[in-house]
Formats: sequence, structure tokens, C-alpha cells
Amino acid sequence: MSLWLVLAVNSITLGGLLFLLSAGFSLIFGLMKIPNLTHGSFFMLGAYFATSLIARGFDFWTAAVLSGLLVAAFGGIVERLILRRLPGAELAQVLVTLGLSFMVADVCLMVWTGDPIRVDTPSGLRGATALAGVAFPRYRLAISVIAVICAAALWTLLDRTRLGAMIRAGVDDAPMARVVGIRVPQLFTIVFCLGAWLAGFAGVIGGPILSVYPGLDQEMLPLALVVVILGGSGSLLGSLVGSFIVGFLYNFGQAMFPELAYVVLFLPMLIVLVVRPQGLFARPAG
Amino acid sequence: MNRIALAAALVILAAVPWWVSGTYYVNIASQILLYAIFALGVNVLAGYAGLVSLGHAGLFGIAAYAAGKILSTGSGHGHVVVAIGAIAVALLASAVFAVLALRGTGLGFVMITVALGQIVWGVAYRWISLTNGDNGITITGRPSPFGFSLASPRSFYWATFVVFLAAVVSMAVFVGSPFGASLRGTRDQPRRMTALGYHVWMIRFLAFLFSGFWSGVAGLLYLYYNQFVSPQAVALTASAEALLMVISGGTATLLGPIVGATLVVVIKNVASAYIERWNFVLGAIFVVIVVFMPEGLVPGVARLTRRAVAALRPHAAVPVPAPGVAAGGEPVRGPSPPLNGSERGR
Amino acid sequence: MSALAVQNLEKSFGGLRVTAAVNLAVEPGERRLIIGPNGAGKTTLFNLITGELRPDGGSITLFDRDISRVPSRRRAHLGISRTYQIITLFQGETLLRNVMLSLLGLSHLRWNPLVRIERQEALIVHAREVLARVALDHLAERPVGETAYGERRRVEIAMALAQNPRVLLLDEPFAGLSIEERRDVLRLVTSIPRDVTIVMIEHDMDVALDFAERITVLHFGAVVVEGTRGEVVAHPRTREIYLGE
Repeated sequence: MSLWLVLAVNSITLGGLLFLLSAGFSLIFGLMKIPNLTHGSFFMLGAYFATSLIARGFDFWTAAVLSGLLVAAFGGIVERLILRRLPGAELAQVLVTLGLSFMVADVCLMVWTGDPIRVDTPSGLRGATALAGVAFPRYRLAISVIAVICAAALWTLLDRTRLGAMIRAGVDDAPMARVVGIRVPQLFTIVFCLGAWLAGFAGVIGGPILSVYPGLDQEMLPLALVVVILGGSGSLLGSLVGSFIVGFLYNFGQAMFPELAYVVLFLPMLIVLVVRPQGLFARPAG
Repeated sequence: MNRIALAAALVILAAVPWWVSGTYYVNIASQILLYAIFALGVNVLAGYAGLVSLGHAGLFGIAAYAAGKILSTGSGHGHVVVAIGAIAVALLASAVFAVLALRGTGLGFVMITVALGQIVWGVAYRWISLTNGDNGITITGRPSPFGFSLASPRSFYWATFVVFLAAVVSMAVFVGSPFGASLRGTRDQPRRMTALGYHVWMIRFLAFLFSGFWSGVAGLLYLYYNQFVSPQAVALTASAEALLMVISGGTATLLGPIVGATLVVVIKNVASAYIERWNFVLGAIFVVIVVFMPEGLVPGVARLTRRAVAALRPHAAVPVPAPGVAAGGEPVRGPSPPLNGSERGR
Repeated sequence: MSALAVQNLEKSFGGLRVTAAVNLAVEPGERRLIIGPNGAGKTTLFNLITGELRPDGGSITLFDRDISRVPSRRRAHLGISRTYQIITLFQGETLLRNVMLSLLGLSHLRWNPLVRIERQEALIVHAREVLARVALDHLAERPVGETAYGERRRVEIAMALAQNPRVLLLDEPFAGLSIEERRDVLRLVTSIPRDVTIVMIEHDMDVALDFAERITVLHFGAVVVEGTRGEVVAHPRTREIYLGE
């Protein structure tokens, strides 16, 4: 019984983390139609940056926000200098972002070496809390809370602000948005940086649970892909639901079908792609 | 001009063990050839069908694993049976890949192939009782077809060269055939092709099988070369490298994938002795080529050379590069899939 | 027996009814013109006839054979050919290769992966003949990208004629042409023998009226006027649609 509970908690935690990671990916893909295969690298980079910041004395949360900013800056450079040269060329964007992910991975290897780096759970969230007579690890609960807060913040941004309206307009119909006067290139850069920040931030938040190590990017990226395919691109609700579905699939899959762990994960993605290419939530194209 | 370049290249390749010193380099050459076969296979879809796959390492590796499995069960099957079994598995997998991936076009196709490749990788990595997981499958010894042992680097190279030759010839025949023309038609104007009476799906499906066949052959050679296969061989990076070979060399010619394979293998093995950061270089090449030379090295260098030559003759009118010519390989038939602009009518 | 007939054809996109209970019957050898303002559903009608779009209701018959369920790729084999409003040629290929591709579409040869296409003498000769019919055989080796727009329009028609259709659908064949070029294309179209039934969509009234025997006027997806050229031109509804808006 308690094994299922542990798995469930871990799944919710992973789901929360994935939401932070894939919300950005979903926005970027939904608005800019760019399949950003560098997104996993953003996650890993954020985590690595944080380890250095923490080593220099920054506290965990400051490091999280700052790392996110550093990753966002990097993302902005990538978007401005490279991706902007390839408008609408989806294939080129796939290949370029893939190439960049190779480069980032190697640079991280150079700078932070190949040994896994542990990230300490921030003080105050260590240990467990008792809820309904069961002990839940405090930090894992915190992650879910953070994810919910970010989801709410993003929803507010998208639904209640002018920027959000512009983003939604762009997601729905970019050429039309341009005609109406929305400065689409600047919007793209902002969204890309936002997505990168979220990914970098997520990397730090995930640090105490996953640690940081080479290959983290290659492990997280497919998960983000599955989430976005399942949930539909550009849909916040889809990312949320998709993240939790994937969190559960991943953990329960590993536990119940260790030999088919990745099949359990990618099969739904495959099914959705084949049957309903626009995802479970997004509005049908056209 | 193109024919001569190709013929010269083939002659040079055939003589490699004589003019290359050291078994290390002969082995590199074997790798170049087997990856060239793989790249040619990937190019059938990427270049001639306009369908980019990021999951082809799954087909490459599934053949290697199938062969490895058959050999390691020690049932004493001759290598011919092993080869047939491995290729059959690759063809079956290609059929499954094709049926699923062809449900999507453009980006959807890419994503489906990613998912399929990842599933194959997941099985290789996690279904330990079947694939030995991360430890991979090791085989003892290479085959001895017609009594010639392939154990030495030289003899393995020549065996690989023979297969490579067969691949190049089959590609040339394929490309120059009516079916090849139909395939390129489906790349350029799928709507019109249907209206003209072509069965676009079936054409693509058969092309996928042809592509999977040679990918499987390359995978088999890979297994015999390394005498080992592990999940690394079917990872996303492996598919990405194959695509890089195709794109860096250029998709519109036969020589392109061969040049691309050479580039990638050389950098990976040889340059990495001098340059520490192989992955960084690989990624950087990817980025540079996609942004600056989207048509690939072979046509890109040809284009730049033409410009340079034209610039050196200030009084001659600058000739408009005839869109029917590419250096090396056969003449360009149709445009490469447009990388640097928006996709047309998929 | 009509060459091409359409009964109660329906097509909607979302809430928009693009083809509204269209009935049409074209006699063998007839020269039918379909006109109507932008958005009237003319090209959609063609797409339904060729099978590129599936109708929501109604049927299509070709020489009294119901082809509503026949997949698009088979309809060329049954004798329907079309040209496109936007030029859809194989850009990187020569004119000769373009026509060869068109000829191959109906031939079993298209499945052959072993012979050299360059050696198919019969195919090449036939392709040259087709190009000669549209007076472009002197440009056979020219890549499409290096030809003039008017020439490409003629290649479009050549592609369709190459397949010896029984029913030829021409979608705005005069679009974007100069006066000279229009005359050339008109001459080409009127020289097509009567064993080919022609249905044409056009906007340019001057040239199209010369060509048409019967005219069908579409408006918001429905047939509003139909008859001989004289009847339609004089009809008050026609005037209303074209002048009253």
C-alpha cells in the first residue's frame, strides 16, 4: 500500500517538475512553431548554474531565480542570433536546436566535469510532514506547490495581461497577429526567454531530487516532448494534465514494467501522434 | 564530370588498404563505408522522399541486435541465416515504422520517428532479459564468407567495400529509375502526383522499406565490425548523427551522404584525438551547415566555388548557376528539401 | 449520358457551406464555363470532382459511372485530368521531365525501380510530342525555373493533356497572362478535339466567353444561373452578382 503512495507522491512531484519544464516548451512550440530540442539543455544548464551559485554562497531560491535568468539570457541569444534566421523552417529548427544541445552538453562536461553533483534540499524543507497520518517529504510537496503557483502565474499572464493576449493571439494566428500590429519578432524573443527561464528554474528545483549530471538533458527532453504531444502545444491546461499523466506513467511504468519502462512512456505519445496529431487538448488546426 | 569524380572516388576507396598506413586507419575507413551505407539509406527518405527521420538508428540497431541475438544464442546458425534474419527483422521494423510515421507529414513525421526510435532504444536499454541492457550483446568472431575470414582489418574492409559498392549501385539504379522519379515527384508536389494517378502513400512506403533495408545492412556490418552492440547504437544521438551525415554532405546527390559520413566519422575518431570536444564540434557543424549551407557541403562548396571562380573573372558576366548541376555524384534531380525557408505544400 | 455529372453535391468547412446542393451535367464534348465571384466555391468543386476533397453529401458520375467512392489517385486512370490555379509544376525538373512524370502516372512503368528512365525511348518521344502540341518542344530541356510564366501555364495544360483525358478541368488557365499569351492559350484550348470534354473556371470574361458554350454561375456555393452563353449573359441575376455588388 505504501509503495503505491510513495509512487503517487513521486509521480505528482515529477509531474510538477515536468510542468515547469514543458510549459515553456509548449509555449515556444505553440507560438513560434519551433520544436526546441535545446529545451532539455536549458533544464540541465539551469541546474549546473545553480550548483556554482550555491557554491559561491547564494541561497537556494535566489540561485534558482538567477540561474533561470542566466538560462533565459542564453535562450535569448540563441533565438535572436540563430532561430530568427530560420523563420518557418521547422526542419532546420529541429536540427539547429539539436546541434546546440550537443554543444551545450559538451560545454557543461568541460566546465562541471562528468561527476554527478548533488544539490542539497533547501533548509526549511528538509524532512517530512505528516498529513492524514502519513509522512510526506516536505520538499516534494513544495515542488507541487511551486508548480501550482507557476501555473497560476502563467495563467494570469496569458489570460489577464496584454502580453498574454498578444501571446494567445500569436498562438492562434501569427500572420493575423502581425497584421493587427503585434510586434511578433519581439514577442517571440520574450516568449523564448520565458520558456528558457522556466526550464532553467525547473532544473534547479529538480536538483535536490535528480541531482545534476551529464545526460540529464537527454533524459528530460523526451519527457517534455511526450507531455507536449499529449497535451497539445500552446495549451497551458494541456501541459498541466500532460505533465501529471507522464509523471504517473514514468513512475508507475518503471515500478510495474521495468523492462518496458520507456515503451510505457512513448507508446501513448506515439498513439496520440498517429491518431490525433494535434494532441488531446489543443484546438484542431485550421 | 560527375561520373568521373564518382568513379575516381570509388577507385581510391577500393585501394585504401594499400595507400593507408596502419590498421587504425583501415578500420576508420571501414567505419566510413558502413556509415556511408547507413547515410545513403537515410537519404532515400530525407533527400528523395522529403521525409526526414530522426529514428533511423532504430532500424540500424534492430538489425544489429537481431543478428547479435541469433549469434549469441549459440544455436550454431551459419552467418547467412543470421544475415537474412537480421535484415528480415529490419524490414519488418521498417514496415511498422512506415505505417505509423506516414500518418504524419513534415514535423509530425519527424516526431513519430523520434517516438519510434525512442521505443526501440527503451527496449534495448530496459528489457534486460532480451537485450542485456546497457551491457549490450557481444559476439565472438566475424563471419568467413566463402572461406575468407573477415577477422583482419584489411579483409573486413574489402568485404565492407563490396557491400558499399552494391549499395551505391543499387542507389544509382533506384534514383535513375521511373520509381525514383515518382518518389521525387511525391517530394515536390504530392497533391499533383495523386491527381496524376500515383499512389503516393505506397510509393513512400516502399521507399521506406528500401531505406530500412540498407540501414539494416549497415547495422549488420556495424555488429561485425565492433563485435558488440549496445543501446548507444539506437539512441537519439545516433539518429541525429546519421541525419547530420546526410545533411552535411547534401541530400540531392549520391556523393553527398558519402562525404557527410566521411566527415562525421573522421571528426569523431581521428580529430577527437586532437580535439577534446567531439560533441561540441559535431553540434557546431550542424548549426553552421544548417544556417549557412542548408543544401549541404557538396552543393554548398560547389556553389561557393562557382562564385569564387566567377568573382575572379571580373569581365565575364556572372553566370546564373544552372540548377541542374552539382559537383560529384549524378546531376541534381530536383531541389533538396528546403531547410532555410518555409516548407512547401506538404 | 453525360460526360461528367454531379448530383446534390455538398461540402462544408466548419460552419461554412462551400458547396451547396450543386447539380451539374456536362455533355460529352461540351465546353462548359464555370464563373462566380471569389469564394463562390469553384475550385472546391474541382477538388471534389478530382477526389482531393471528400464531399459531405451527393454524388459524382463520370460517363454514368459513380466515382464518388473512387480514391483520388484512381480518377486520373478513369480519364479526369486537371490544371491548377497556382502553377504546381516540378520546379527543379526540365519541361520534358515534367511531362514524362505526367505520362508515367498512368503507366505501370512508374513502379519500376530497375530500368533507367533516360532509356525509355517511347516515353521520351511521347513527351516531346505533347510538348509540341503546346508549342514548347523547343524548350524541352529547359528547367521549369528558367521559363516564363506564360510558358509554365502552357506546361500546366500539357501535363493534363498528356494523360489523354476524357474530361479536362482547367482552373483559371488564363490567370496572370498577357494579351498575347492569352490568345496563345485560347488557341490551344480551342484546338483540343471534341473527344475531350472541357470544364473551365475563369475570371477573365473576355477570353472565357469566347470559349464557353454553356455557362454555370456559382454564388456562395450554389448554382444560381445556368444556360447557354447568351442566356447567362443576359440573365438579370448574373448582372446582379457581377455588377450589383
